[in-house]
Amino acid sequence: MKKNISVIAMTAMASILASAASAETVRWARSGDSLTLDPHAQNEGPTHNVSHQLYDPLVYRNLDLELTPGLATEWGVTDDPNIWEFKIREGVTFHEGQSLTADDVAFSLNRARHDNSDMKGLLSSVVDVRAVDDYTVHVETDGPNPLLPNNLTNMFIMSREWAESNDVETPQDYAGGEETHAVRNANGTGAFRLVSREPDVRTVMERNDDYWGADIYPMEVSEIIFTPIQSQATQVAAILSGEIDFLMEPPVQDVERLSQAEGIKVETGPENRTIFLGMHQGKDDLEYSDAEGNPFSHREVREAMMLAIDADTIQRVVMRGFSDPTGAMLPPFVNGWTEEMHERPEVDTERARELLAEAGYPDGFDITLHCPNDRYVNDEAICQAVTGMLGQIGITVTLDSRTRSLHFADLQNGELEFYMLGWGVPPLDSDYVFNFLYHTNTGDRGSWNFTGFSNERVDELTVGISQETDLEQRDEMIAEIWEIVNEDITYLPIHNQVLAWAMRDDIEFPVQSENTPMFKYMEFTD
Amino acid sequence: MIAYSLRRLIQALFVMLAVALISFTLFQFVGDPINNMLGQEATTADRDALRDRLGLNDPIPIQFLRFVGNAVQGEFGISYRSNRPVSDLILERLPATLELAFVSAVFAVTLGISMGVYTALRRDGWASRVIMTVSLIGVSLPTFLIGILLIYLFAVELGWLPPFGRGDTVDLGAWTTGFLTTSGLRSLILPAITLGLFQLTLIMRLVRAEMLEVLRTDYIRFARARGLPNRAVNFGHALKNTLVPVITITGLQLGSIIAFAIITETVFQWPGVGLLFINAVRFVDVPVMSAYLVFIGLVFVTINLLVDLLYYAVDPRMRIGSPVGR
Repeated sequence: MKKNISVIAMTAMASILASAASAETVRWARSGDSLTLDPHAQNEGPTHNVSHQLYDPLVYRNLDLELTPGLATEWGVTDDPNIWEFKIREGVTFHEGQSLTADDVAFSLNRARHDNSDMKGLLSSVVDVRAVDDYTVHVETDGPNPLLPNNLTNMFIMSREWAESNDVETPQDYAGGEETHAVRNANGTGAFRLVSREPDVRTVMERNDDYWGADIYPMEVSEIIFTPIQSQATQVAAILSGEIDFLMEPPVQDVERLSQAEGIKVETGPENRTIFLGMHQGKDDLEYSDAEGNPFSHREVREAMMLAIDADTIQRVVMRGFSDPTGAMLPPFVNGWTEEMHERPEVDTERARELLAEAGYPDGFDITLHCPNDRYVNDEAICQAVTGMLGQIGITVTLDSRTRSLHFADLQNGELEFYMLGWGVPPLDSDYVFNFLYHTNTGDRGSWNFTGFSNERVDELTVGISQETDLEQRDEMIAEIWEIVNEDITYLPIHNQVLAWAMRDDIEFPVQSENTPMFKYMEFTD
Repeated sequence: MIAYSLRRLIQALFVMLAVALISFTLFQFVGDPINNMLGQEATTADRDALRDRLGLNDPIPIQFLRFVGNAVQGEFGISYRSNRPVSDLILERLPATLELAFVSAVFAVTLGISMGVYTALRRDGWASRVIMTVSLIGVSLPTFLIGILLIYLFAVELGWLPPFGRGDTVDLGAWTTGFLTTSGLRSLILPAITLGLFQLTLIMRLVRAEMLEVLRTDYIRFARARGLPNRAVNFGHALKNTLVPVITITGLQLGSIIAFAIITETVFQWPGVGLLFINAVRFVDVPVMSAYLVFIGLVFVTINLLVDLLYYAVDPRMRIGSPVGR
């Protein structure tokens, strides 16, 4: 009997502890806020981060970046290669009680294709989306599109009924300055429901106990309080003083200190973003250089610059270890990446000088390097280091670093000849890199190719891979493009950024390489 | 009187117009908002369409006229970033800034005057020396550094006060206040000290200098000779005469407390208009930036106007010297 009582007491204790553990509020901070809660109005990282808690996509990338069932349980190409079929999860309800059907999915995907939508670019191959029955959706594309699901990982599903009764059937016209019900309210199927939202100040979300994945995920967080904090010193102070529990992207110079602080740990992992320098090889004469002709048009010059840049030193000195030096123009987990591309050539200033002489610039030349100073991690410092390194082989670099709004405006106007840029690859396929950075700049394709690089074979293959359904064949085509462009040395890759998340040390939350925290995965150790 | 006021008013109008022109032209050079509004996948055609819709392709004088015309009606357009009317955004953020400015002004004035009087009366005491030395820090250290030092000491090391934000607020309809909750009041302390420290030292040094001057004058000596108690001489006679310039300076400083709140608000992530402005700069949100500058201009011009008019009412010499009398 006595034993029984103690057992009961212990069970009672355990259940109290369990409920105490499950009532965990997480105070989350990062430097920027979500721009809007309308899930289709902005294709931007911090915006999707908040939406991922409130809404669900059909498929998403889990902590290991694998494509994982969200609101779709199965998907595959039908007998018609132009049609993808998605089986929709049954028994899912929205926060306000509507049940999810294929009709809502079709509605949401079509909403994301609307002119106002910022997500439409990811669905440009789609011609029709229709609900076949209550739990089946067909997506028809204008040609075979083998990678359609890769484009859906941030494509959130809304309730048609809610959208219609609140007059938000079309996405908010973000650029035109529209304010709709969906901008500051949300009715998703996500693991968390919105409690309150004050833009730039604070967003509160509470656990959705009816979540379809309640038994699949840990779901230990009961409340999320999200506060954007801009000043880096204040971010660090806030986590050191215990006022916040989870800080995304702490300043690199403080990571060391944070990881040594009591009660705080820092999780790190590779980020889906490569930092590199671009050179305009297509012009006859450079505006920002007094050199004879265009030095960048010589492959030898580009190779010499590659040999002069010591990315390991940049990693050690500028990035304090928080970078992954690379010779490839894409991060390791992207389809098309190879160990061989990743390997950088040995730094060799002797050889670099010889190459410059071969190209007709034995005494080097002068050039202006344009850099943003508030976009990438330590962007300006990286450029300063590069300036010194190129100086070693006789290239006199003048550094011009400015705020990102000015930098990117000039870049897109095609005015820059030697510039820094960073590129992430959300669909995790080389296709995305070729399309924007290597295809001849026609406005539509190659819209971020400001190097003047233009290669017919590359253009042909780039268009080809977007429709090739035989994945083996497709990978060969990808490899061929990489061979051509790596041989050309169109860009000078420096490193892949490394992500860091700082958190209370009883939190278990590994870094997700897309920089998307999903709080349903967060666990606590006691 | 009417002519004088009118003239001052017209001058104020010209100043405002100049401020509007500056804030408008300034933003022709801050970069292209289109880039931040459209994602990296946008095509050239998308960009052009958006420029057209925002009226960015019109000639500059027309853009300026539209700007002034709307500004007069309190219309500053729609924020490029948050897509809400700029006037709403500013009104929403104003309570936070005004409460912070109010508390730091009270802090600066009360402590500044009392410490100024103290150091003037006991100029050779060790406490005065300490105060004078420490006050040098207040004058010479930049605001953001003081803020970070305070955060480090009181939030990180001692853990007494929150390092950022406004705490819990109470919504009173058109006004949200942090005065009614403990966390709101605790959150106010560090930013208010940071913002007020410079004004405090300024007022203190001003009061001290004026006070020393007044204490040397004949009427103070006569008052002492009459055998008036120290208290009556120091506070009844000396301090009263010291306060005239102090009030003027304090009034003008109030404007700069509101304007300089930008730095303090950024350091403490205080959700006021200053932070709104900094965010706007980061996103090249031109309507918010220009509205903020015009707003700050208006604050200064209004305070100056009031001070001018007060002089006229208070100081009889102004009336004699004015051209109207001739």
